[in-house]
Amino acid sequence: MAFIPRVGVYICHCGINIAATVDVKAVAEFAAHLPGVVVSRDYTYMCSDPGQALIKDDIAELNLDRVVVASCSPLMHEPTFRATVAEVGMNPYCFEMANIREQCSWVHGDSTPTTQKAMHLVTSAVAKAIMLQPLQQRQAPVTPTALVIGGGISGIHSALDIANAGFHVTIVERYPSLGGHVSQLHQTFPTLESTADLLNPLIDQLTNHPLITLMIEAEVTEVAGYVGNFEVKVRQGDKTTEVPVGVIVVATGFEVFDAHLKPELGYGVYPEVITTADFEQLAAGEILVNGREPERVVFIHCVGSRDQSVGNPYCSRVCCMVSAKQARLVRERLPNSRVTVFYMDMRAYGKGSEDFYDSVRQSGVIYRRGNPSEIIRRGDRVVVRAEDTLTGEPVEVEADLVVLAVGMVPRADTDVVAGLLKLARSSDGFFMEAHPKLRPVDTAMAGIFLAGCCQGPKDIPETINQARAAAATAMIPLMRGQVQVEAAIASIEEELCTGCDQCAEVCVFAALQLHPVRGVMTVNPVLCQGCGACATACPSGAISIKHFTFDQTMAQIDVLSDFGEPTVPTPKAEVEEVAV
Amino acid sequence: MLQIESQPFALEYDLFACIQCGKCTGGCPMAIKTKLNPRVLIYRLLTAGNGYDLEKHEELWDCTTCGTCFSRCPKEVNPMETIIALRSEFVEKGRVHQNVKTALESTYRHGNPLTLPREDRGAWAKDLSVKPMFDGVEYLYFVGCSPSYDPQAQKVARALVRILQHAGVDFGILGKEENCCASEVRRLGELGLFEMMAEDNQETYKRLGVSKMFTTSPHCFNTFKNDYPKNGVEVQHYTQVLAHLVENDELEFTSKFEKTVTYHDPCYLGKQNGIFDEPRAVLKSIPGIKLVEMDRSREKSLCCEGGGGRMWLEGTNPGVRLAQTRIKEAIETGAEILATACPFCLLTLDEAVKLLNAEDKLQVMDIAELVDQAL
Repeated sequence: MAFIPRVGVYICHCGINIAATVDVKAVAEFAAHLPGVVVSRDYTYMCSDPGQALIKDDIAELNLDRVVVASCSPLMHEPTFRATVAEVGMNPYCFEMANIREQCSWVHGDSTPTTQKAMHLVTSAVAKAIMLQPLQQRQAPVTPTALVIGGGISGIHSALDIANAGFHVTIVERYPSLGGHVSQLHQTFPTLESTADLLNPLIDQLTNHPLITLMIEAEVTEVAGYVGNFEVKVRQGDKTTEVPVGVIVVATGFEVFDAHLKPELGYGVYPEVITTADFEQLAAGEILVNGREPERVVFIHCVGSRDQSVGNPYCSRVCCMVSAKQARLVRERLPNSRVTVFYMDMRAYGKGSEDFYDSVRQSGVIYRRGNPSEIIRRGDRVVVRAEDTLTGEPVEVEADLVVLAVGMVPRADTDVVAGLLKLARSSDGFFMEAHPKLRPVDTAMAGIFLAGCCQGPKDIPETINQARAAAATAMIPLMRGQVQVEAAIASIEEELCTGCDQCAEVCVFAALQLHPVRGVMTVNPVLCQGCGACATACPSGAISIKHFTFDQTMAQIDVLSDFGEPTVPTPKAEVEEVAV
Repeated sequence: MLQIESQPFALEYDLFACIQCGKCTGGCPMAIKTKLNPRVLIYRLLTAGNGYDLEKHEELWDCTTCGTCFSRCPKEVNPMETIIALRSEFVEKGRVHQNVKTALESTYRHGNPLTLPREDRGAWAKDLSVKPMFDGVEYLYFVGCSPSYDPQAQKVARALVRILQHAGVDFGILGKEENCCASEVRRLGELGLFEMMAEDNQETYKRLGVSKMFTTSPHCFNTFKNDYPKNGVEVQHYTQVLAHLVENDELEFTSKFEKTVTYHDPCYLGKQNGIFDEPRAVLKSIPGIKLVEMDRSREKSLCCEGGGGRMWLEGTNPGVRLAQTRIKEAIETGAEILATACPFCLLTLDEAVKLLNAEDKLQVMDIAELVDQAL
């Protein structure tokens, strides 16, 4: 008997995100007449519980075998709705999504063509839905161990949490000692704790933990495999060790902005000009410049941050408070000093930070609004040239010591690490999280998580927050013991395959191999991520990607052949009003 | 009243990007001695509401267009271009200083701002057997107005011709066909005249098959490179050409020049086009020379106050010119020669030496003249 599809279509208002520019009722009405559609509804939030209940009820009552939701990007909610239909027994691959938000309502104005485009997108999704095939999702076992790359404050915390939960952790640190940038600091803000007191107990715990393997002066050289079953190679001296792990936490940290890139500030030219990082070293001993105690000290904010001229448009988040801490320290240690801080916008946003900023000013530090333009020499002092933007006057402030509050930048080898782990980078150059709000510690690569400043500038509490969140999220597959493997993967029609190997050359997941006996290519279903590169490379058209087959895609395109006003076919389905 | 529509203006010049950090004003060499304050100017335009009155903003004519403001801006705002655009509002209404009017009219009529006859433009080269430019000659040497007419700047052009002939470089000049590059016209705010002249000039270069050219002045160089539409002509400043010769050992020096020299970076060469190393490489190649640096060198070089039409305008603070401060800085280094590579710098700095009665301490020379003396 021929397959007669029974499709349910659901148009989401997304509050006013879609409904403000798309006539959602008209789209629902239109969709009801599409071939194969038996029910078409609109609702304020399809992703909400009542929205999902609508779908589930219809599947049960109307015996639906295909579901189309027209709402946001599938990146956002495809997993949600797949789970919804699966709950009532429908194969999740019989679900299809039309993106009428990012690709329609958000980018077009309130007009008839916007609604018509939404209709086209729905028509196209329904056409594909009818062609969809159920696919079987499979489970793969998880190696119950973790790799943490980087032994700074975030890597240490991630490693400890995972190990304390009972899983074995390998932590790889490039340098001979642990602690990263934090170990270079003298005191922390706003509590003025010694960093040694903060760090040493943690390092002790880490080194003595029975479930932690510490590899120092070591580097990750190769990462293969997938979530649950990564094969990692770590080089330590001449020796390369293979480490099988289930999950990876990336905690590779940051670099301090190189102040030489602002030549007008004279870093590296004038011994009186140092950075906040240099100051931490200086503060560990006596504060002396050119062999004597500085009387006039100037701090300069935002060096290499919020500065498009050096390609760093972002705020580095910590420099305001770092200079506040250091300015107060100068006032305490050198009571006769005159300390001026030049700032652009004061950002004391962290817990306790505004109080601390108050105490710094009350200690006699002078805050002047304006970002200095240049530093020049005058006699045995340097002169900071700026405009005091509150008085509107250009000023020249003499100084014996100038401290440049340098920001954070991505590590120079971020590209190399990104290549190893196939991680994306955001526009600021740091690693990109899977979603800025909803998935802040995940990456687009399943099983790889981000902790600390490799994802963007952070202070110590924020770094530890993220490190512990990354550890907790990374433990989900470790604790479940199994991961679901993507079902929408490449498949090979062996009659057409000549075994030319061109597909294997383009596959970044090493998922394709020549069968030694049959002389055709085979797909490793666990390694394949369904990216489709092989299908486009195949000269004989032997490869198709399940869930994105040629027939399914052509069906989607064919119905779009008329780009004018969508034609409304004869009524078929019943349109039901849904009370909101 | 000289009312402008400040909101559309602020949008056009992307002033909304400004975060009021004050780096432009803090680095501005004129802010410290006049009312010029680029940040406040931007703030006023942003907050003016329906319109802004430019009346009494005489300080707009103080700007030397040195470019420090935008080179320091963290948000890629360009206060210098903003000021040029505001000047154009004055020009459109004909409300400009008589000197500006004269310079603009002369540029239009005679092809130079100096009110000198067009026919005499090539006179400086009469005895030098320089080729006229024609198709097939490798380089066009664009001489520029001051080196064509000003007796002191002419020495630079003559020196440069001798150096290049000595090194066997194939170049030609336009002679009386050479027309002002219009850089100063643009910076005085006469944008219409600039466009017209740029078109005419490009027509000439196309007709003569010019594909590569170099200039005496960084101002001409900058305007060809950055203000003219992309036209396929490769433009260099002469110090780049000389640095190339030095690099390939194609300059043969026969005598030593045993003097201590410091180098003043012209704004339009250094700050605005990043050419810091080539002039120094040429200076260092001269046998016997001792090159010392001033504190304010390279990106921090102090403007001589000769750009942006200031060759013809006193400005609102005629007292101490920046060039005088610069001469004192040069003397402090112990240098006997202050070298530069810009006719405007050469003239303003030399005048400052005279005003300070410092002729016995410091001599201002162009790099081309120094090279020429050691050949």
